Amino acid sequence: MADTSRQQARRAHGASGGILLNGVHKWYGEFHVLKDINLTVKEGERIVICGPSGSGKSTLIRCINRLEEHQQGQIIVDGIELTNDLRNIDKIRAEVGMVFQSFNLFPHLTILDNLCLAPIWVKKMSRAEAEKTARMYLERVKIPEQALKYPGQLSGGQQQRVAIARALCMNPNIMLFDEPTSALDPEMIKEVLDVMIELANSGMTMMCVTHEMAFARSVADRVIFMDRGEIVEMAPPDEFFSNPKSDRTKHFLSQILNH
Amino acid sequence: MTATTNRQGPGPLVPPAKPSLLYRPEFRQAVYQILLVVGLVAGFWAIAHNVSENLARQNIASGFGFWNRTSGFDISQSLITYNNQSTYGQAFWAGLFNTLLVAALGVVFATLLGFIIGIGRLSSNWLIARLCGAYVETLRNLPLLLQLFFWYFAVLKNLPGPRQSIVLPAGATLNVRGLYIPAPVPEQGFNAVLIAFAMGIVASIGVYMWARRRQLATGERFPVLWTTLALILLLPGAVYIALGQPLGWEYPVLRGFNFQGGIPIQPELMALVVGLSTYTASFIAEIVRAGIAGVPRGQREAANALGLSSGLTMRLVVIPQALRIIIPPLTSQYLNLAKNSSLAVAIGYPDFVSVFTGTVLNQTGQAVEVILLTMLVFLTISLITSAFMNWFNKHIALVER
Repeated sequence: MADTSRQQARRAHGASGGILLNGVHKWYGEFHVLKDINLTVKEGERIVICGPSGSGKSTLIRCINRLEEHQQGQIIVDGIELTNDLRNIDKIRAEVGMVFQSFNLFPHLTILDNLCLAPIWVKKMSRAEAEKTARMYLERVKIPEQALKYPGQLSGGQQQRVAIARALCMNPNIMLFDEPTSALDPEMIKEVLDVMIELANSGMTMMCVTHEMAFARSVADRVIFMDRGEIVEMAPPDEFFSNPKSDRTKHFLSQILNH
Repeated sequence: MTATTNRQGPGPLVPPAKPSLLYRPEFRQAVYQILLVVGLVAGFWAIAHNVSENLARQNIASGFGFWNRTSGFDISQSLITYNNQSTYGQAFWAGLFNTLLVAALGVVFATLLGFIIGIGRLSSNWLIARLCGAYVETLRNLPLLLQLFFWYFAVLKNLPGPRQSIVLPAGATLNVRGLYIPAPVPEQGFNAVLIAFAMGIVASIGVYMWARRRQLATGERFPVLWTTLALILLLPGAVYIALGQPLGWEYPVLRGFNFQGGIPIQPELMALVVGLSTYTASFIAEIVRAGIAGVPRGQREAANALGLSSGLTMRLVVIPQALRIIIPPLTSQYLNLAKNSSLAVAIGYPDFVSVFTGTVLNQTGQAVEVILLTMLVFLTISLITSAFMNWFNKHIALVER
């Protein structure tokens, strides 16, 4: 597969396909959202981030593709450091796919055009080639028959699967998920999680903010618990769920697991 | 209660009893509508009857017999041939074309300026954003009539006289009587240049379509802008030089107390176009800003996350969605501009209202016909404009369910 050959090529150049955060701080005005975040994500690793709302977990993954700017510390993605250099930001964004809570499909374009837009304009792919890739990914998220519809005509679960396919069309090395199932009706959550599990099994590097603890348990290599802008606890899922160390984690887990 | 028992019972469904006619909504609606129509017809008939009786009593002619009579007055500026021997009908057209000229120029300038200021107000550059904000807040909040007086009396009427004219580049001259620009005088062989120009435009369209198809097919982009510019400018330019520059210019020259030759642009027209377009631009700027701000933030983030640059994000994602918010209020600004052009009366520009509803009405005394025609003209201009804008809006509307 194309993925493997590229990974080999990258290893040959000595670049890391992962993410490195080193002493990252961020403030919104006076408010300290991220406090000294240190995290290494290896290539192919799957990380789930959970925590109460306002804990900075979304901000953290939005810093990784520069939708938010960090003010102190170092973020290195796929061997490229995020600085003010616009060229680096563009490079990283083309390598990192992102899926949002509210889907953010482009409502004025068909599903197929949503998927083809970035490959054509950013990767300078031909229309035919872009459409071929797009149809392949639509097949993979199991909605090939919706290609010519508009986003407004699809259900929430279908829209989120299109959003995942749209990110995959750029052939990213890393996928970021920002609460991908939080805006969905319960019966649609499963169809989106199924796609994410399949993606995880294919070896994609993933960082996922979610409260789907069953997903975390079955897929994650490590679970991170964030509270008040800090990483409070970080452990493999077995250890995290059965033997949480901090009181804050215990409190949080008791709240989301017992209802 | 019988109905409920019926539905629960095993027997066949019994249709509900029909209420009396008086309590049926269809019947009531029909009665109200008939009453309204009868009332309107009666009202209009009463007005028409009253008017015709009054006109007959005062010996005022009615009908459109005046249309072909000699007008006997001059119009200071006209796009069609017109002098005081022309008919009232020709005065009608002269005024109408003057209004359309102002409206067309105003719409173009107001749209360009409005988009620039509106996007500028959203700029991350502090100075640009503040300047655009100050522009909008100033021009939007002063009466249009005052602004027209400002441009006409304070700016253009304070310019020096013909003998102290301000000399502008390329042979143009500006003084209190107006702006004089050189008039092109085609000489023998100039048609070839025009043909080359037309060919350049046709070739550019061809290049554009070819480049678009190639981009769709192979993904490669082609420098369309530069190629078309070269085709449109260099091709006729080369022909022009090859034929020995077959185009003369008639420059405005000071003779006696005034300039002769060239194309004179009256200060009244300048003041009206500048005033109308700068004023309307301030409203369009706000509409554009609201349209762009109305596109959800997530759209821009999603486009950025896919690696689209901010320019491409604006062009491919934000503007197409902003347009559907912008178009309907933009239409009403165009209509406002066309209607506001009747303020021309105040600074003496011979627009339709000033010529037809002013002078012609005064001379003929046929108020009913003249006012009706005036209303018809403005209604036609407005309806055509909004029909076009509605078509455009439908064309870019979003598909939902």
